[in-house]
Amino acid sequence: MRTGATDLPVLKPFRAGPIAPSGLAAPMLLSAGLVAGVALVFAASLAVAQSTGPAARDSAMTILWRWAPLIFQGFLFNLLISFLSMALGTAVGVLFGIGQVSPSAALRRPAWAATQFFRNAPWLVLLFYAMFLLPFELKLGPVTIAFPAWIKAIIGLALPVAANVSEIVRGGIRSIPSGQWESAESLAFNRRQTMWMIILPQAFKRMIPPWMNLYAILTMATTLISVVGIQDGLTVTRAALAAESRPELMLPMYLLLLLMFFAYCYPIARLTIALERRFNVKG
Amino acid sequence: MAAKHQLGEPVVVVEGVEKAFGAFPVLKDVSLTIRRGETVCIIGPSGSGKSTLLRCINALVPIGKGSITVAGRQVNDPALDKLALRRDVGIVFQQYNLFPHKTALQNVMMAPIHVLKQDRGEVEERAKQLLAKVGLSHKHDAYPGELSGGQQQRVAIARSLAMNPKVMLFDEVTAALDPETKKEVLVAIRDLAAEGMTCILVTHEMGFAREVADRVYFTDGGVIVEHAPPAEFFGAPREARTRAFLDQVL
Repeated sequence: MRTGATDLPVLKPFRAGPIAPSGLAAPMLLSAGLVAGVALVFAASLAVAQSTGPAARDSAMTILWRWAPLIFQGFLFNLLISFLSMALGTAVGVLFGIGQVSPSAALRRPAWAATQFFRNAPWLVLLFYAMFLLPFELKLGPVTIAFPAWIKAIIGLALPVAANVSEIVRGGIRSIPSGQWESAESLAFNRRQTMWMIILPQAFKRMIPPWMNLYAILTMATTLISVVGIQDGLTVTRAALAAESRPELMLPMYLLLLLMFFAYCYPIARLTIALERRFNVKG
Repeated sequence: MAAKHQLGEPVVVVEGVEKAFGAFPVLKDVSLTIRRGETVCIIGPSGSGKSTLLRCINALVPIGKGSITVAGRQVNDPALDKLALRRDVGIVFQQYNLFPHKTALQNVMMAPIHVLKQDRGEVEERAKQLLAKVGLSHKHDAYPGELSGGQQQRVAIARSLAMNPKVMLFDEVTAALDPETKKEVLVAIRDLAAEGMTCILVTHEMGFAREVADRVYFTDGGVIVEHAPPAEFFGAPREARTRAFLDQVL
C-alpha cells in the first residue's frame, strides 16, 4: 500500500471497528444504567422539593401521591389517542404507500404529493388545522356525525402518521429485489397478485421496525393535544401544579409524567432495535 | 448427437427484431426460428444482447422494431394478453428468484393454483412429481434460504414447468453456480430437452451446448453472427468472429 507515492486521491484501507463491547451484556447494562439514571433524577428532584418546600404544609410525596392517579388517567388518554391515530394513519398510509408505487401516474403523483406535503409539515400546525378547519359535526342526510375535539385531534395526528407510513410502505416495497417482480410476472401473476402474495409478505417484516419507531414518536407527540385544549396527561399535570401552587413541585411532577411515557416508549424502542437486528434491516 | 427427436412446427419466430436502451442498440435485426421440441443454445460475449432477447420473447421487455411470434401469438401486438403469453413461456433466471417466504413445494404450487386456478390437490400431486423429477423429493418443506444454489435453481425449473409451458427459456442459469452444482442443473435441463421440451438457453456452457443443443447461435454486438448444428459450429465455424470467440473460451 504505497499511499505516499502519489498526490492523487487514493482509497486507503478501511476496517470497520468491532461492534463493542460484546454481545448482549453491554446493551443490557446500558439499559439498566439508563433506567437507574432516570429514577435517580426523579428521586433527587423529589428530595429537593421536599427539603425546600414549606414545612407546615403537605409533603411533596403526599401531593404527588394525591395527583398521580389523575395524571395516570390523563396519560392513558394519551395512549388511547395514540392507538387511534396510529390505526387511522396506518390504514390511510398503506393505501398511499401502495399508491406511490403504482404504475399509473394518476395514482402515483397525488399519493407522492400528499405524502411529501404531510411528511414535511410541523405536526402541531397540522393539528391546529384539523382542530379549526374540521366542522364540529357532519350532516350526511339524516345522520349527524359529531366531531368532538378529541376525534379532530386523532385526525390531525393521523395526517403526519399516514404520510410517514406511506414512506415506510413505499421503502419496504422498493427494498424487494426486482427479480421478485420479474419472476412473478413471468409466471403470469397479475400486478395485484404479485403485490399481495409475493412483494408485501416479504416487505412486511422490513416495515415493522420503522413502523414501531414511528409509533413511539407519535405517542410522545400526543402531548401536543394539550395545546389545543384537550384534557390529556400534560394538561392534568399543569392543572395539578396550578391547583397546588407549589413551584418547587414543578420538576418532580413533570418528571412523573415523563416517567410514564419513558416506561412505555423505551421498551418499544428496545424491541425495535432487537427486531431490526433480527431482520437485519435499517430503520 | 443432435436430432434425438422429431422436430415439429415453428414455436418461436423472431423476425428483424431491433431493441435499444435509450440511444444504445442492444439488438440489431435479429431473426431466428425455433421449432417444437428443439433445443437451441445462444452463446456470445457479455453485453451481446442474449438476455435481452430472451426477455423480449416473454414480453418482459418491449421491442422496438420487428416481430416475435410465440405459439401463434404476436408478442409485439399492443393488444397482447401478456399473462396468456407468459402461461405458455417459462423462464428461469440466473439468480433463481425463488419466493423466499414460501417453501420449495409452495413455490412450485403457487402459480398453478392462483394463476391457472387449478385444483389444489391435483397441483400438489404434480408439484411433488416435478420436484422428484429434478431430484428434490426430500426438500418439499425447505425454504429457499435453506437450499444450495443448484437446489434453488432446480426448484425454479420445477416452478416454471408447473405451468405446463410450451417453451422454456433459460437465462444463464448456471452462471452463479459452482462446478459441482452446475452439473445437477444441467442434467435436469438435458433430461427436459430429451423429453421433447422446446428449450432456448443463453449459456456459457460450451460442453453442454455441444452435447445437448440441436443448434447453436452465436451473437455479438446485438447481431446473430452465425448459427449451425453444434458439430459444425464447434468443428468448423464459418465466421472469423466466431473462431476468435471459440479460441478464447475453449
